Amino acid sequence: MENFTPLSAFIGGALIGLSAALLLLIKGRIAGITGIMDSMVPPYERASFWRGAFIIGLILGVLLYSLMAGAPTITVEASDGMLIIAGLLVGFGANLGSGCTSGHGICGIALFSTRSIIATATFMASGFLTVFVIHHLLG
Amino acid sequence: MKIIAALICGLLFGMGLAIAQMINPAKVIGFLDIAGNWDPSLAFVMMGALTVMTSARFLILKRQTPILETSFHLPERSEIDRKLILGAVLFGMGWGIGGFCPGPALASLGIANGKLFFFVGAMLAGAFIHKWIFHPKRVCCG
Repeated sequence: MENFTPLSAFIGGALIGLSAALLLLIKGRIAGITGIMDSMVPPYERASFWRGAFIIGLILGVLLYSLMAGAPTITVEASDGMLIIAGLLVGFGANLGSGCTSGHGICGIALFSTRSIIATATFMASGFLTVFVIHHLLG
Repeated sequence: MKIIAALICGLLFGMGLAIAQMINPAKVIGFLDIAGNWDPSLAFVMMGALTVMTSARFLILKRQTPILETSFHLPERSEIDRKLILGAVLFGMGWGIGGFCPGPALASLGIANGKLFFFVGAMLAGAFIHKWIFHPKRVCCG
């Protein structure tokens, strides 16, 4: 538990919640990154400039943080081959399940959607099990 | 205006991810590794986000319309079907293998090292394969 950072995690989470709340207030949209990701692959939908702007904002947000607090640590332990498998599973799975940590895990649960609560419990359980298999059974 | 609003929302979201260290795959795997040296921090990201979003949405949805649009676009489906469960299982597997979910992966592109591009490229390919199989003509989600 030496890496436990509850305060920064809570503050970061609150900012994510604020972002989701503002998007709902201003655009009436759910801040689901899966839907935004889906708009990045062809065939393209008309008029989804706001999604492109949101992604540019995401990238700028991390850059701005880097300028103020120094570059954040990004430690990737998986091999390139495993990352490709992970990417395919995340891209396909999040779209098939209509959402990821943001759309289901935050917006959906905040709206008390049963669908989102079940999806979140399922991908959490799947994530716990996958890490257990890789790091304890195989590792 | 709409574009600037979306840009600012993205900016807040990206800063939140960086502050919470959710953009660090090792941190995510530390959260998912209950049987190892478990780091429950990321549960606090969710608590922080849900505290703000749940209280805000009650106030926001009292309005007739959003500020810059004519109607709210909320998900209407409620069915718990095989697609939802299978999709969540596959997504969780990929999340556990790489430690990236879509938001952090895209947000890190500006400070990326080479490995991230493998992940993001594959993730977009996965999204494309999904669209190609299930929505060959129509595009998902509005």
